[in-house]
Amino acid sequence: MLMVTAVAIAWTRHLFSAVMLASIYGLVSASFFVAMDAVDVAFTEAAVGAGISPLLMLVTLRMVGAKEATSHNHPYAALIIVAVVGVLLLLGEQDLPAFGSADAPAHGHVAPHYLQESAAEIGIPNVVTSVLASYRAFDTLGEVAVIFTAGIGVMALLFSDTPVHLRNLPNTSRSTMEDQVIPRVVGKILIPPIMLFALYVQFHGEYGPGGGFQAGVIFASAVIVYVMLFGLDAAMQVVSVSWLRFLAACGLLLYGAVGVVCLLAGKNFLDYNALLPDHIAAQHLGILVIELGVGVTVACVVMLLFFAFVGRIPHLPDHEARDG
Amino acid sequence: MILDLFNYWIVVILMMVGLFIIVARGNLVKKIIGLNIFQTSVFVFYISVGKVQGGSAPILSDSIEVYSNPLPHVLILTAIVVGVATTALGLALVIRIKEAYGSVEEDELQVIDNQ
Repeated sequence: MLMVTAVAIAWTRHLFSAVMLASIYGLVSASFFVAMDAVDVAFTEAAVGAGISPLLMLVTLRMVGAKEATSHNHPYAALIIVAVVGVLLLLGEQDLPAFGSADAPAHGHVAPHYLQESAAEIGIPNVVTSVLASYRAFDTLGEVAVIFTAGIGVMALLFSDTPVHLRNLPNTSRSTMEDQVIPRVVGKILIPPIMLFALYVQFHGEYGPGGGFQAGVIFASAVIVYVMLFGLDAAMQVVSVSWLRFLAACGLLLYGAVGVVCLLAGKNFLDYNALLPDHIAAQHLGILVIELGVGVTVACVVMLLFFAFVGRIPHLPDHEARDG
Repeated sequence: MILDLFNYWIVVILMMVGLFIIVARGNLVKKIIGLNIFQTSVFVFYISVGKVQGGSAPILSDSIEVYSNPLPHVLILTAIVVGVATTALGLALVIRIKEAYGSVEEDELQVIDNQ
């Protein structure tokens, strides 16, 4: 199914359907990840691959047009390159371990340690969370910094020179949903449970699938539903852009600050055992705080991304649909 | 033998489709979609390498003996979120190109640049 959808994306010339297919592709790959036991990954992919990234693409299409011009490039050259790379990859693939074999080299090294010792060392059931937030916390700090930097980059590119409140936004972001009663009512009912669910995912990440990354994206999607229903202006009155910028930086700083506190207590950077005398409680506290930092930063950056994209849509007559 | 490696076949085919879109299509938005497919093929590769036959999701429980490898899950989980951030950055660049040139087709951009 993944392959069928991917080929259909390559086939279609209409970008709108390509984006819709990309969304389906995200959902199908999420279910594939569930079948591969990667529930945390599937969770993220369902929120991001099927939700946020097609949404951003749709907003982009609104601005650049949904029709793809017929390419003058010869696809044969591309086909030859692709075929050569494919054959090389297939040749290399022959030596890889069989699918699902338990003695593959990937399962050696540190993975058995994580599976056998993390219950005693970290004390939480979800191994993915304990690796993400404790064993490899320094990597995760780097990832959060990358997300934050990408958010800054998009804002630098898309927020225009005049401050947001001075620009004449009322015309740019009128929601076309205003005369649609059913989506408005259903949306109003749905937004609070979505936010509540995000908080559940945030704080339950130690026990079930979930964590800061997923929670941030889900929380942001609640705000995005709000924008789609009531327009950007109304949303900006509820969550102001300057606060979002401030909070995005705060989340990252909170994460870093935990590391510095550990350093000051005489342990390694992000070694939570320094936080409290009881090491299980210390690990719990450390993971909770840095997951909060991750969640806040991801939620703020995703909201900022969406605001930046939607705020860029030029003024259009009201009868035109928003998504093209 | 072939069936033992079927996950790698899927990965290679997905990767080829993504690469084909990136190379053959001139539209910049389509190229970004192609990059996303390419990226997902890498995700599928990592996750399927982490799968252990008969294993369960790596959430510790007394009744389960075999778990899949949690390490690839962690790597890919963060990669997905970083991926959407970089996709957004690419789309932002596309929007600026559209505003500056009035087109997002590669060959038209080349014509404008050569003038």
